[in-house]
Amino acid sequence: MERKKILEIKNMNISFCQYQKGMRQEELPVIRDLSLSVHEGEMVAVVGSSGSGKSLLAHGVMGILPYNASMGGEILYRGEPLTEKRIRKLRGKEIVMVPQSTSYLDPLMKVGTQICKGKKDLVRQKKLDQIFSRYSLAKEVQEQYPFELSGGMTRRVMISTAMIENPRLVIADEPTPGLHQKAAKSAMEHFRELADMGAGVLIITHDLELALETADRVLVFYAGYTLEDAKTEDFCKEETLRHPYTKALWRAIPKNGFQYIDGVQPYVKDMPSGCPFAPRCSRCSEKCHGEIPYREVNGGYVRCVYDS
Amino acid sequence: MILEAKNISFRYGENGREILKDFSLKADSSERVGLAAPSGFGKTTLCKILSGYEKPDRGQVLLDGKPLEQYGSYCPVQLIWQHPEQAVNPRLRMKSVLEEGDQVDPALVERLGIEKDWLNRFPVEISGGEMQRFCIARAMGKRTRFLLADEISTMLDLITQSQIWHFLIEETRRRQMGMIVVSHSPELLERICTRVIDLQKTQS
Ligand code: SF4
Repeated sequence: MERKKILEIKNMNISFCQYQKGMRQEELPVIRDLSLSVHEGEMVAVVGSSGSGKSLLAHGVMGILPYNASMGGEILYRGEPLTEKRIRKLRGKEIVMVPQSTSYLDPLMKVGTQICKGKKDLVRQKKLDQIFSRYSLAKEVQEQYPFELSGGMTRRVMISTAMIENPRLVIADEPTPGLHQKAAKSAMEHFRELADMGAGVLIITHDLELALETADRVLVFYAGYTLEDAKTEDFCKEETLRHPYTKALWRAIPKNGFQYIDGVQPYVKDMPSGCPFAPRCSRCSEKCHGEIPYREVNGGYVRCVYDS
Repeated sequence: MILEAKNISFRYGENGREILKDFSLKADSSERVGLAAPSGFGKTTLCKILSGYEKPDRGQVLLDGKPLEQYGSYCPVQLIWQHPEQAVNPRLRMKSVLEEGDQVDPALVERLGIEKDWLNRFPVEISGGEMQRFCIARAMGKRTRFLLADEISTMLDLITQSQIWHFLIEETRRRQMGMIVVSHSPELLERICTRVIDLQKTQS
């Protein structure tokens, strides 16, 4: 049976409006033509380098973009457009976001009350106890305040906050920066569990190696564009990957050879026309400087004039 | 040159846990020594002590037999931090960030792939990978003899990570600079280092 699509994003664009000196206005496109879908029980990772603006994707879906950002394209949730009104109703309930920063917890509210959002009936209490034992959080923690928690506990508390609502869609924005490797791994495993319980999970991260350990699919984000959408298995060897950049990433993994290519990801202001990877690509030709379509190839997608 | 940590102990606060106990390490300038250990093992603290940012409760750090603090205003052991954005002044243009280093060679700046155009930008106008290149250049000034790298590539994409390490290996070899490398990834240490020390074994 086909698993149901929980989230579908079609041709999303997000740009920032930046005021320069002298009131000159500048549009900075941060996300361009992004399309993806997340099914029930599926964990999808969007991987791109830090500071590339990919977290705006999460903010865009949640309807919490900053005032100077604008968004285009289409977002469908369970087949219906996710309008502003609809996301406001579902946010924090069916659709939850797990932020990276601990500052999202209310410092003045006890952990238990906070997770249950004040509604502490018997059913909720029982569920909370279950979630806590699953994440090895002692019952006493419910009576503590956020400042009393260690970093690892805080993260588990934030995930508990998401879980109490039986979310159908979980979006985690860079859940692991600055975390120690062990903590980062266990954070990812918690999200994996949510997916295994049936939720759709979208993770936005910079850590490809970690994403490959837990996610079902990986989208490779580069200079604002998604260059490839691949199954995790496709990363087992270079030949099954589609885009020259993804292949170069693969070869740069220490255990795959630790090779590198020259150059840097272009900064938004210095974007070449056509393929964003063209300045670093050994296969670049005339036709790469025009519009490059995002095409389905071998059960995945690629934004390149070649199939592989 | 030889960098030596002699019987170093360190704990945070009066009654805190002792994170380092009688730790000793000796490395010479031809070496790239990897430090492997699980988190919570005081690797970052050790880096701070080795580069003079933190004083140990007991023990000493010596460079060629002379205590590190006797080297005057410029510490020949330079630390590169994990998060470059926390290691630069957000109000300085990148060229001024570079000038904080010790007469950094312009040729080195070029070899690191730093583009002229970035020099006039502020930290928010460049990516994390670009900023880390600046931090590395700044640490490799004229009088630097040892480099300490504390998880410097975890935030970078894999290609940038590989680029930067290839550069560092070549440059430290050329200048006879020693290097101490901290990373959580055994495969990465394997690629970079001339030897790897498992802290768990030395400290338990
Ligand atoms: S479109 Fe052309 S330049 Fe871009 S990745 Fe493909 S071959 Fe290379």
